[in-house]
Amino acid sequence: MLNKYPLWKTLMVAIIVALGALYATPNLYGESPAVQVSGLRGVQADTATLDSIRAQLKESNLTFDSISLENGQVLTRFNNTEDQLKARDVLDDNLGKQFSVALNLTPNTPEWLAAIGGSPMKLGLDLSGGVSFLIEVNMKEALNKAKTGMVGDFRGDLRNEKIRYRSVKEANDAVKVIFRKVEDLEAGQALLKKRYRDLLLTTDEDTLTLTAKMTKEKIKEIREYALDQNITIIRNRVNELGVAEPLVQRQGKKHIVIELPGVQDTATAKEILSATATIEFRLVDTEGDLSNALNGRVPANSILLRDKDGKPSLLKKRVMLTGDHIIDAKSGFDEYSRPQVNISLDSAGGSKMSSGTKSNIGKPMATVFIEYKSTDKKDAEGNLIFEKHQEIISVATIQSRLGKSFRITGSGSPAEARNLAILLRAGALVAPIAIVEERTVGPTLGAENVRLGFEAIMMGFGLVFIFMMVYYRAFGVVANLALGANLVLIVAVMSMLPGGAALTLPGMAGIVLTVGMAVDANVLIFERIREEIREGKTIQQAIHQGYDAAFSTIIDANITTLIAALILFAIGTGPVKGFAITLSIGILTSMFTSVVGTRAVVNAIWGGKRLDKLSI
Amino acid sequence: MQILQLKDTVNFMSYRKIAMVFSALLMIASIYSLATNKLNFGLDFTGGTLIEVGFQEAADLEKLRGVMKTNGFADAKVQFYGSSRDVVIRLGVREDVKAEMLGNEILAILEKSSGQKIDMRRIEFVGASVGDDLAEQGGLAMLTALICILIYVAFRFEWRFAVGSVVALFHDVLLTLGLFSVLQLEFDLTVLAAVLAVIGYSLNDTIVVSDRIRENFRKIRNSEAEEVINISLTQTLSRTFITSITTLLVLAALFFQGGALIHGFATALLFGVFVGTYSSIYVASLVALSLGISREDLIPEVIEKEGEDQEAMMP
Repeated sequence: MLNKYPLWKTLMVAIIVALGALYATPNLYGESPAVQVSGLRGVQADTATLDSIRAQLKESNLTFDSISLENGQVLTRFNNTEDQLKARDVLDDNLGKQFSVALNLTPNTPEWLAAIGGSPMKLGLDLSGGVSFLIEVNMKEALNKAKTGMVGDFRGDLRNEKIRYRSVKEANDAVKVIFRKVEDLEAGQALLKKRYRDLLLTTDEDTLTLTAKMTKEKIKEIREYALDQNITIIRNRVNELGVAEPLVQRQGKKHIVIELPGVQDTATAKEILSATATIEFRLVDTEGDLSNALNGRVPANSILLRDKDGKPSLLKKRVMLTGDHIIDAKSGFDEYSRPQVNISLDSAGGSKMSSGTKSNIGKPMATVFIEYKSTDKKDAEGNLIFEKHQEIISVATIQSRLGKSFRITGSGSPAEARNLAILLRAGALVAPIAIVEERTVGPTLGAENVRLGFEAIMMGFGLVFIFMMVYYRAFGVVANLALGANLVLIVAVMSMLPGGAALTLPGMAGIVLTVGMAVDANVLIFERIREEIREGKTIQQAIHQGYDAAFSTIIDANITTLIAALILFAIGTGPVKGFAITLSIGILTSMFTSVVGTRAVVNAIWGGKRLDKLSI
Repeated sequence: MQILQLKDTVNFMSYRKIAMVFSALLMIASIYSLATNKLNFGLDFTGGTLIEVGFQEAADLEKLRGVMKTNGFADAKVQFYGSSRDVVIRLGVREDVKAEMLGNEILAILEKSSGQKIDMRRIEFVGASVGDDLAEQGGLAMLTALICILIYVAFRFEWRFAVGSVVALFHDVLLTLGLFSVLQLEFDLTVLAAVLAVIGYSLNDTIVVSDRIRENFRKIRNSEAEEVINISLTQTLSRTFITSITTLLVLAALFFQGGALIHGFATALLFGVFVGTYSSIYVASLVALSLGISREDLIPEVIEKEGEDQEAMMP
């Protein structure tokens, strides 16, 4: 029979729309103020943390809605922002430096909805308020550093093998070694070729010059390494800022995007992001008296430092090695499968380490982490005052004379070794960074944008709704049903999309535009049906023909718009991406609702009946 | 209800000379304006710093300009934004090392000088290199979009239609850019997004018309190409109008309700949809007609592959 859907097809439409409605509902529940406590530097919040938070809140007479431990973070929800702010201050003062305490807005999604994966849409920074930074990593500097490292390494290698050379110099994108004799040139080439497989070596016998260039792969590796390592550092620093749900993400070949929702004081954020952290190696002062030092009588050539648990150690004042000599640090296991951290130094660092450890075998050496932390106070000129924060991250015994690469054992569990490796890498910035873009949206503008965007969607929807009903009567109502279902589906898909896809103001504009353009498919179909009726076809045939003939046109028209939207998605950043996302989703969902969806309704109401007139 | 009661075929193509001259004039005017006035590129492309602040009472622009000048920001542009309590201050690219801190500095200056509580609405800072990259990327995006669409339409229809639709798209984009140049409206990233959406919309329209032309070439035998195009345009005219109306309705909602941030976006789309509707009727079909579109080009050839049946029988 014409215009009858099989039951499964009608059911499928109903189920999809119902599922859409279900996954769109978390957006109706709103959010409540919360405080989020998470561990820093590999520390995880556990049940003990939870109990201590509960106890502290009780002590300060602060009531909370709920408290829970999720993914190593403790989340406490409050009734109002006043309690939330008080709780933040209390916890910040009492929990200690291992934890970061951040304000957060947590969605009130009911448990049963959360259990089936329901969550509300994420709002972009232009709607929620907050700041986003684009950071550029100075790749030229990273490559220069690598080249300088090469010069030192070459000198050392040639000297060790007693090959005489006139000079080793950097030249543009290469390192040039000039020898005195052809034999030396050949010996040098053979040696360097063996040692550095990732270099391209060319020789010129007339000028006795050996030119070493980095291969494309090597350059790529250096760039990738610089970027990854900077992301690690920045992530660590962002965690220190105490921001709930920050985003640190690589973008393209040399950029890093940082999004800090809810942050208003961008000056502090910027100072901290561009601050430097470093590592130092010092010998432990085994002769000094620790208890005397703890009482304030620190020996003249020693300093007193503590590790993260507060355990003090007396260290020599003289720094054996600074962290900027570290080229790489990796965690692994030694021959007794104990966790260890392998450290590689540049050649200058290697000789310093070698002479520093030569006479100290069997003595303990400490690795100290130094960081400049903002104190939130400003000096007379309005600049933030930074406090030097030093912490011992490991004490290990020197087993033998150390050189360019060595290992630190006794740093604890494999997880701790891994964190130490990250920190060691993080301590030594391979390439300087610069903030090249900042976008800050205040909370009032964010709230205003949400309101305006919502009103624009409602108004656009209302206008189209009225127009369609007046113009196409009963069929217009069917198209409006589809339009409503389309909005629900867009919201549902947006809510289900993972992480990166957030609703932005241009995204809301995309939804408005979709509302206007989505009815196009129905207009095409309905106009076609009218045409077929005018041509004298029976009502059922007209409906059938109308849907059939319009279908390929609808597909073509939508695919081309989708192409434009996808290109926009590929090149756009932030807000523009938001527009491309809602537009693409809207195109896909609207094809479903306005072709399959309306057909199901039309078939159910008018299909297979003997009709003389149609309300179209 | 019906807006257009068309009994007879409208002879669109008889006005083609007028349309051609009209479009050509507008395009030349746009190119001229783009060459002389250029586009008023926004912060996204030029780089620089922008601060939007909200005062509790109406702000005194002259006083603010004075404050900026005495603090060493003589080049600052101070303007109202949306209302007399919202003020936007723009600064060009500076060679200072700490360019990214300018926004915070200015905010502090404003707070000190006005004595009232100021609401920081937004701060935007874009480094010069980022802006250059973006301008390049934006141009590239538009070009890529046009080429991808050209390929798709050529593949689905015929090269004459593909050329026709791309000429129409070019026409629409050029006129929209021309409007922004003539009125010196700010051209930022969201406007670029709108222009790309105009490409999508205009194409949508063109495809619907082309689809009908193709269908009619197959259906109606023994008539001139011009006649077929006229019939097709007439048949699709009411759909073209209604879709334009619904789209313009929502865009009007966006224009009046979306706030100042989305104004440029809505303006570009409003104008683009308008031009897109016109171009799908005149530009695209006119180009296809001028290139000599005929029935033979659109009737699919039936190719019988040798051994087709056997292949189907293979497991």
